[in-house]
Amino acid sequence: MARYSTGKIVGRRILGAIPSVIGVVIVTFLLTRSLPGDPAAFFAGPAATAEAIEEIRQNLGLDKSLPEQFLIYIGELFRGDLGVSLTTGQTVLYDLLTRLPASLELTLAALVFAIALALPLGILAATRPNSWIDHGVRLLATAGVSLPTFFTGLFLIYVLYYLWGIVPAPLGRLDILNSPPPQITGFYLIDSLLIGDLGLFWAAAAQLFLPAVTLGLFALAPLARVTRASMLGMLSSDFIRTARASGLPPRQVLFGYAFRNAMLPVVTTLGVVFSFLLGANILVEKVFAWPGIGSYAVEALVASDYAPIQGFILTMALLYVVLNLLIDLLYVVIDPRAGVES
Amino acid sequence: MTTTLKHTRYIISQNGITFGAFSLFFGFVLIAVLGNAIAPYDPLASNSAIALQPPTALHWFGTDQLGRDVLSRVIVATRLDLGIAVLAVAMSFVIGSILGTCAGYFGGWTDRIVSRCIDTLMAFPLFVLAMGLVAALGNSIENIIYATAIINLPLYTRVIRSEVLVRREAGFVEAARLTGNGDWRIMARHLFPNVLPVMMVHLSLNMGWAILNAAGLSFIGLGVQPPTAEWGIMVAEGATYIVSGEWWLALFPGAVLMLAVFCFNLLGDGLRDLIDPRMRT
Repeated sequence: MARYSTGKIVGRRILGAIPSVIGVVIVTFLLTRSLPGDPAAFFAGPAATAEAIEEIRQNLGLDKSLPEQFLIYIGELFRGDLGVSLTTGQTVLYDLLTRLPASLELTLAALVFAIALALPLGILAATRPNSWIDHGVRLLATAGVSLPTFFTGLFLIYVLYYLWGIVPAPLGRLDILNSPPPQITGFYLIDSLLIGDLGLFWAAAAQLFLPAVTLGLFALAPLARVTRASMLGMLSSDFIRTARASGLPPRQVLFGYAFRNAMLPVVTTLGVVFSFLLGANILVEKVFAWPGIGSYAVEALVASDYAPIQGFILTMALLYVVLNLLIDLLYVVIDPRAGVES
Repeated sequence: MTTTLKHTRYIISQNGITFGAFSLFFGFVLIAVLGNAIAPYDPLASNSAIALQPPTALHWFGTDQLGRDVLSRVIVATRLDLGIAVLAVAMSFVIGSILGTCAGYFGGWTDRIVSRCIDTLMAFPLFVLAMGLVAALGNSIENIIYATAIINLPLYTRVIRSEVLVRREAGFVEAARLTGNGDWRIMARHLFPNVLPVMMVHLSLNMGWAILNAAGLSFIGLGVQPPTAEWGIMVAEGATYIVSGEWWLALFPGAVLMLAVFCFNLLGDGLRDLIDPRMRT
């Protein structure tokens, strides 16, 4: 058994993510080349002549062989060239970068909401097996994954906005009375606090509330389920019995011993949860007219504008790879055994 | 066989929820099969005189913006929604079984190549990948099925691979090999049947997910095109009317969609109890 330094483990995990990145780039490239019909004719537009299409084909490098095209594609990626959106007239990279903070703010708010609710629920259910709260959590875990996010979103809008009027209209990140804060981090909640505008903070929070809850409900179920199951397993294990027998206070046994170890499967589940969240993000953004990259891709899809879609898929996949890497690293931080290799 | 039946009966009688899920499942299958025959109205017949009416005795689920009967549309949509999910899940099950069994059994390069491909698929958020696939392959119902099948592939391949891997050196496999069975025969006749029960649980849970996925794709405008009746597209069309208070357009198809997914998830949990009581959580 040798113990590796944390730096070495981190480096190794980062290297381990490289094959994923290569795979993602290859798949995205293949998706690019299998556009329905002739991409050159598509980029040229409906009124183009045969010569114009041929010229575009050469400009795009579509007359070259597939490996050559791939190298060109890689070169473009390194220059940050993802093409131009036909609908906005901007480069795809610019569009994605300006819209990414909105999506990230929504996803992270949803994740915080889900974790803040799922962990206590899971622990409560595990410490009181077969109580009403246990049954409630089990029902929630099955019902939660059955919820179509787009439908829950609409349902919440109907009840909370139309019937009760306690949330603002589901139309983006801020109502028309407020103008967005200056771009510092791109997160309205943080930016408004940085410039000290509390009114703006609450306005942004009110807009964020419903979409974040909709998205969070979806992530809540798997997290609560795993927390419950893993806490149950931990509480019946030998080392907890030993800790109890040694007379440690119940709080310390529960949170100091059982909880820390029970978190490991929960952290692993976060990977799957992120896959769900990033996918459901698209649907929630469409329902709430949220100006993130998901609704950008949906708009591009409706307009058959393919460059933004490809850029979007690549961004999402790279984001997911990075998130998985972070989860891996978090695992190393939490698990005292992860640094030891047999 | 009789013990299995007894066990099934025991589980169902012990667990009312599983029984309910089974009944609901047969209900959905019946509606899907009968479809048009039990719909009270023509799902495509519009009548502007009765547009946007709330639920009445004549139109139980109300009427939509073109005066079409929402109940009839929800009923007719069942076949399409379940059909897409069944075909997609069947495809990924068959292909995933073959890939997973080969990877687990042969190991080595077969395993490395299959696992690497599956990891690449898993590197994408799955709904995003499905969206990209449909955008690239073309916007049609067949491509929705292919895309849903592809994003489900990793699940089946990985589960079957690991299940086969732990059984590869098992006594009954050795015995089959010693009596002169070839690799393919061992995989098909000895290993795969042993893995099948576990797969049934995943199959059921996965059906719910496939339905959600296909409905989500059509919600954002991919695959099924109006005026075809499909749950996701009906919710999308009803979304515009939610903020002005016409709730029945989106609520009924959305609720039925949710019920269908819930039914398959409960069924999966029930099957899990049936197959392995220890896996109960």
